[in-house]
Amino acid sequence: MLAYYLDLARRSFKKNVALTVLMVLAIGFGVGASMTTLTVLRMLSADPIPQASGQLYAVQLEPRKARGEQNVEPPDQVTRFDAETLLRAAKGDRQAMMTGGNAPIEPQRPGLEPFFADTRYTSADFFAMFRVSFLAGGGWTADDDANSAHVVVLARTLAEKLFGAIDVIGKTVQIDGTPLRVVGVIDRFSPSPHFYDLNTGAYATEEQAFIPFSTSRELKLDRSGSMDCWSDHGGDSTSLTAPCIWIQYWVELDSPEKAAAYRDYLVQYSRDQKVAGRYEREPSVRLRNVMEWLDYKEVVPNDARIQTWVALGFLLVCLINTVGLLLTKFLRRSSEIGVRRALGASKRSIFVQLLVEAGVIGIAGGLLGLLLAWLGLWAVRHQPTDYAELAQLDLPMLLGTFGLAVISSLLAGLLPAWRGCQVAPALQLKSL
Amino acid sequence: MLVMKQVSKVFRTAMVETHALRALDLQVREGEFVAVTGPSGSGKTTFLNIAGLLEELSSGEYLLDGVNVKALDDRARSKLRNEKLGFVFQSFNLIPDLDLFDNVDVPLRYRGFSRGDRKKRIEGALERVGLASRMRHYPNELSGGQQQRVAIARAIAGDPKLLLADEPTGNLDSQMAREVMQLLEDLNAQGTVVVIVTHDPEIAARAQRNVHIVDGVAADLERGPSLVPPTTKPVATGDQPAA
Repeated sequence: MLAYYLDLARRSFKKNVALTVLMVLAIGFGVGASMTTLTVLRMLSADPIPQASGQLYAVQLEPRKARGEQNVEPPDQVTRFDAETLLRAAKGDRQAMMTGGNAPIEPQRPGLEPFFADTRYTSADFFAMFRVSFLAGGGWTADDDANSAHVVVLARTLAEKLFGAIDVIGKTVQIDGTPLRVVGVIDRFSPSPHFYDLNTGAYATEEQAFIPFSTSRELKLDRSGSMDCWSDHGGDSTSLTAPCIWIQYWVELDSPEKAAAYRDYLVQYSRDQKVAGRYEREPSVRLRNVMEWLDYKEVVPNDARIQTWVALGFLLVCLINTVGLLLTKFLRRSSEIGVRRALGASKRSIFVQLLVEAGVIGIAGGLLGLLLAWLGLWAVRHQPTDYAELAQLDLPMLLGTFGLAVISSLLAGLLPAWRGCQVAPALQLKSL
Repeated sequence: MLVMKQVSKVFRTAMVETHALRALDLQVREGEFVAVTGPSGSGKTTFLNIAGLLEELSSGEYLLDGVNVKALDDRARSKLRNEKLGFVFQSFNLIPDLDLFDNVDVPLRYRGFSRGDRKKRIEGALERVGLASRMRHYPNELSGGQQQRVAIARAIAGDPKLLLADEPTGNLDSQMAREVMQLLEDLNAQGTVVVIVTHDPEIAARAQRNVHIVDGVAADLERGPSLVPPTTKPVATGDQPAA
């Protein structure tokens, strides 16, 4: 019977093209707007490292002076002293300290001018913790960290730019006048959001070079990101003992038990620091996994959420309009429904027939919605926002667009189809 | 074929209660051609709607081909309607968007016949009403008489046991009315029970048996001559079966 119902739907559309087009437009625009904003929201709030997000924790400590505030969240970053102490203690399964930088690269390739590259100064576990995959070589070792080794890991794009190849292990890159030996080349690594350091932009940040943190300090490479100091630092805010917070510290803990133990360790560490006179406040520590961290940092822009709600509201308005149009359409066919009922159609048959018609409108609306969502995302990609590049319609969202269109139209068709199948044939047949 | 015992139908609104049928008793047997007459508002159409399973009765009992319809749900009633009944309406009630073939196809679709079986039945039914050559025409391309013949083809394509006709000649001129009546008589001669509701004494006179409904109560004219309306001509009783 489905083929018959589809044929009846086709005839119905032909009979009233304007009304049909109006409904397809309503569904299409509603779905298009919703899927555009939902796609953006989904990309913005996606888990950037799904295979490990539950095991990676951002560490927060409270080293600042006491000012009498109550219930203050500890700062997002830690001091260099705390970071290096925690790193040496190595109480987690893995741990990494880091900060961003903008290193001056001096290419040896003829015709290539010196340039600055986004760089991450970090420690050895970074690559394993954040599941970075290597195309050649590997990361550096803890010994390299301890010895401020002159080594560097390059992103594929930088390796190709500097050497025209990715198999460049052992070659040197001149950074701020110092040659650093390439020990690894990584594949594209651009978690979005850029969860491990939100100071340099939550989206669209892709570091080109990775250098041991200790080396970056020895070479006094410029760093980037935020810094908060609360006492005199003697002119060097990045020194080991400077009272400044500017380092991101992450730890990997494989189980909730380990996380609880690590939290206890941080509390004890804070107490010890207070006893030693470094900390003034009572211990205040936080250990948030990746998604908790992104939630705490409110990474998803508010306007993206508002736009999504507005678009869903628009879809609702479109659906209400479609309900009205379908109701009009179906009830105008009361006489035909009456005849069909008299000739043996059950209420259920009529209900299914009308719902199939609504579903076909939904599929047409879905196609239009897909086109409009594609156009909408194209427009988003041309906006001057750091997440513009993320606005892509992937397979799940493509299927979601169709699903939303069909489900919306079926929902919109439920009431009209129900009303349609309730038509009393006896009344209609006499009124013809 | 059709047995109604003490059938009543009451239409209720917030203010008014209307008794359309009052304890109506009626039996129509195999092979009969029955005309149902009565003044406007007497309950003829309500009787036809109940007989055609288009409306539910308020009380009493109705057996259609031995099946008590009162306990049936919508699905079962629709199936019974589709299999046992054929309808012919005063205003033909063809679906204007469908050609003759597809109009006749409508009841067969709900019956679940195969494509080949449906085609054979449609062509056969249109052949019987003399319109096989026009099966791809649309209703608005036909005269009223031709449209009614299509409606009859649609009614008989599924081989119903009972054909219910509501003023089938009401919208036709006398020549076309005669043709349609002839067709109905031919069908009856071939074994289909025909119940026809009519105002027209001439049409009623062609039936084997006349049932008159007044104020929701039915009576065979032979058994209740006092119910014969003054304007009604005497009716031919034909081969009336024994009561």
